[in-house]
Amino acid sequence: MSLCDLSAGTLWRKLQSGEVTAVAATTDYLNAITQFDGQVAAFLHVDRDTALAQATNLDAKRSRGEPVGLMAGLPVAIKDVLCIKGEPTTCGSKMLQNFRPPYDAHVIEKLRAADAVLLGHTNMDEFAMGSSSENSAYQVTHNPWDLSRTPGGSSSGSAAAVAARMAPVSLGSDTGGSIRQPAGLCGIVGMKPTYGRVSRYGLIAYASSLDQVGPFSTDVTAAAALLEAIAGHDPRDSTSVNQPVPSYTSTLDQPLQGLKIGVAKEFFAEGLDAEIEQAVRTAIDVYRGLGADVREVSLPHSKYSIATYYLIAPSEASSNLSRYDGVHYGHRTESATSLNEMYAASRGEAFGPEVKRRIMLGTYALSSGYYDQYYVKALRVRRLIREDFDKAFADVDIIAGPVTPTAAFKIGEKSDNPLGMYLADVYTISANLAGIPGISVPCGFTPAGLPIGLQLLAAPFQEERLLRAARMYERETDWVTRKPALA
Amino acid sequence: MHYQPIIGLEVHVQLQTQTKIFCGCSTAFNPDQPNVQTCPVCLGLPGALPVLNGTALRLAIKTAMALNCQIAKFTKWDRKQYFYPDLPKGYQISQYDLPFSFDGQVELITNAETGESRPIRIIRAHLEEDAGKNVHDETGRGRDSMVDLNRAGTPLVEIVSHPDLRSAAEARQMLEELHALLTYLEVSDCNMQEGSLRCDANVNLHITKDDGTVVATPIVEIKNLNSFRFTEQAVEYEIARQWKAFQETGKTIKDAPKSTRGFDPDRGVTTIMREKEEAADYRYFPDPDLVPVTVTDEQLAAIRSEMCEAPAVMRKRFQSEYQLSAYDASVIIDQGRLLAEYFEATAKLCGDGKQAANWVTQDVLRVMKERKETIANFPLRPEVLGSLIARVTQKQLTIKSAREVFADLLTAEEDQTPAPSMAQIDEIVAAKGLAIVQDDGAMETAIAAVIDKNPKAVADFQAGKQAAVGALIGQVMKQLKGADAQAVREKILTKLSGG
Ligand SMILES: [Zn+2]
Repeated sequence: MSLCDLSAGTLWRKLQSGEVTAVAATTDYLNAITQFDGQVAAFLHVDRDTALAQATNLDAKRSRGEPVGLMAGLPVAIKDVLCIKGEPTTCGSKMLQNFRPPYDAHVIEKLRAADAVLLGHTNMDEFAMGSSSENSAYQVTHNPWDLSRTPGGSSSGSAAAVAARMAPVSLGSDTGGSIRQPAGLCGIVGMKPTYGRVSRYGLIAYASSLDQVGPFSTDVTAAAALLEAIAGHDPRDSTSVNQPVPSYTSTLDQPLQGLKIGVAKEFFAEGLDAEIEQAVRTAIDVYRGLGADVREVSLPHSKYSIATYYLIAPSEASSNLSRYDGVHYGHRTESATSLNEMYAASRGEAFGPEVKRRIMLGTYALSSGYYDQYYVKALRVRRLIREDFDKAFADVDIIAGPVTPTAAFKIGEKSDNPLGMYLADVYTISANLAGIPGISVPCGFTPAGLPIGLQLLAAPFQEERLLRAARMYERETDWVTRKPALA
Repeated sequence: MHYQPIIGLEVHVQLQTQTKIFCGCSTAFNPDQPNVQTCPVCLGLPGALPVLNGTALRLAIKTAMALNCQIAKFTKWDRKQYFYPDLPKGYQISQYDLPFSFDGQVELITNAETGESRPIRIIRAHLEEDAGKNVHDETGRGRDSMVDLNRAGTPLVEIVSHPDLRSAAEARQMLEELHALLTYLEVSDCNMQEGSLRCDANVNLHITKDDGTVVATPIVEIKNLNSFRFTEQAVEYEIARQWKAFQETGKTIKDAPKSTRGFDPDRGVTTIMREKEEAADYRYFPDPDLVPVTVTDEQLAAIRSEMCEAPAVMRKRFQSEYQLSAYDASVIIDQGRLLAEYFEATAKLCGDGKQAANWVTQDVLRVMKERKETIANFPLRPEVLGSLIARVTQKQLTIKSAREVFADLLTAEEDQTPAPSMAQIDEIVAAKGLAIVQDDGAMETAIAAVIDKNPKAVADFQAGKQAAVGALIGQVMKQLKGADAQAVREKILTKLSGG
């Protein structure tokens, strides 16, 4: 039996107790990558030797009787948006094809300190812009449940790697749903923490006021462990919040008493597939059965979230991506005779169409004469969306709903329809705009056998409550034990 | 037809923090080793984030307080976006609509003799990061240009004045005033060669036509002036150029938008950089990587308590407290805070501000200049100089003797550490017999002896040769170095004319 057959939480506990060695776990996962990634295309870069060296060091440390860190040798796959010192870090873009950061992202430092084993970098939509991996400059990742379908995105490779059991856990980043949406489509757990809970230092920026790093896992337990390892204040990120990190893993199995669950009617409106609605309502019934008080809440401004998001995120992106100008690093054109030509050609050659679309959108929204009617207005609506959540959370502990309106769509199905692609994030975006934490947990399958996700949202810094609520549901169901046929 | 120049300045001041404004890199001036004072943050690498250096904000607030500005309780950071190789992020972190300070004023001395002054209003002062430096191939062989990012991220305060200045001389004066103010406060070293203080000047003319109507010429911004002299020359040239252009073309501000010119110091002319200000759209928006700053009253009070006296205030006080002329006060103040403090300590110790000012502005400054020394290294401390001057004011030493002692103290210093002391004054005075002789008996004796020994001179004098008395005085003075020559003269005359 391969260690990849264990759930991530079980493997993590066995690593902690020393029952399983880091080398054994790492070897099995590296073998799984060799076996399946040809079909899934989740990884952009795997460094077997480095991964095994980390595992060997950790086992040696343990055999010397030294204490080991929280991750205890658990292998982790990393979205290509996070800087790893000396390793190729491309952000899914030609622009950074030859870029190797001279430094580790804060979360990578944290993972090293917690004795995790880094497996490599996973595929993503270019600069985290997209919901299917089709915007990656390098490859299209396939959904392990149906290889003709997308795993979602932009953290496509991190989600698909975990779903295909090529990694027990992984890190992604979520700007408008880029963790929760692929987790939902891949039938795994994915969590976006509160904005400011995890440092963004070394996370290549897409939209700075929305980006947040978070875990993927086959189960809630290892997701909690991974979040515990990466969360915490970082003085190098001014937006990182200085609040103690609770021990999520130690309270995880305590059910919440008197849990109040809100159901937002706006999340069950037109456009939601019946089979998704059915699965989510059934999941909410599970909570009822556990004694939760389920009541309706209203998020009246959530209908503006996509419009708001597609002004704020591209505005910030248009600015964040100006550093890729071919001068100091990254792609530089071979054919330019003037400075302006060099800028235009370098950027024109190395950015993909979706990145260009968002840069243009953002540049337009920030232009003088349009700034007030687009960017400033979007900020105002964003505040209203946040206030909706504040009001709702005065009444309930958790808001439950679908992650996506449909299950995984076909690769190529929406690639000529950017607006249709944007709608894939309709239920996840408002959490980013409000800065609140959200988690996607598997809650069933469509008749065609595609995974369905349940989204739980909580008030800022209520990750502990969110994880405990997710775990309550997980114990009552067996979705996390299902694996795609491929794995 | 006559014209009035209208001039406003935008002054950039590098703050003297140890580290950059948004990262921990050194701000030291280091052009010989490009790109060594850099890190992921100031290189603008993917994933790097800025964190505000609190000292930069504190020094900036100090600057604004000295400019009598209002300090905003809430201030934020904005991105000013444009592409340029010395700007690694593609945007500069600056302040747009909510600068940390606004509405100030600086007293500009308009008449050095009388000390007359006029307020120049400050629109705003904001904090931002400096860009790097593009280094172009100057060999003419068309080699690649290089970028040095050592300077990128140095904290910079931009001070924007109203167009309240009326001549090139006033523009220079304003820059000098800011230089004095900022160095007094120790917020900037204002080293203009190193680019710590540089300015842009906005210039145009208001022309009164013969029929009494007033028109304005198109506004020109002269960029990057990095010395007092160039500022004055550039503005002077620009005024003349605009006057000539108006007479030739009659073009007014309505006919041409603002243009940008550069100053060529070798030719002493301004040349066109950008014909029309291509409505540069910087797409300012709040930097989402930084949090807005709230400043409390307690913080402001703490900063205020660290403020030293502003040079303009000190200048006025020196005039009233030590009876200095406006001119002397300015000479002292303009030498910097350390010299002003040196003067004041000396004045207090000798009890005569005017004498102290004479000594400091003449003797001390002359020696400093000869020795290329700063006041910090000047060997005579204020207590020694003060004590020396006190002996003059108390008529124990003549000015001439005091100068001799001053010179001896400095000569002695050359081959001895510790610095000259007050005891040494006494030694030199005693050794050279410089003490003023107030003992009439001693003078009488010396005069009698000289008269006895010089019968020829006495005879010449009595024969009507007035000049002969000079030789006698000289001989008495040789014996009594500290004697008052006037008193000796009177006594000799009395004696020879029958006394
Ligand atoms: Zn730096």
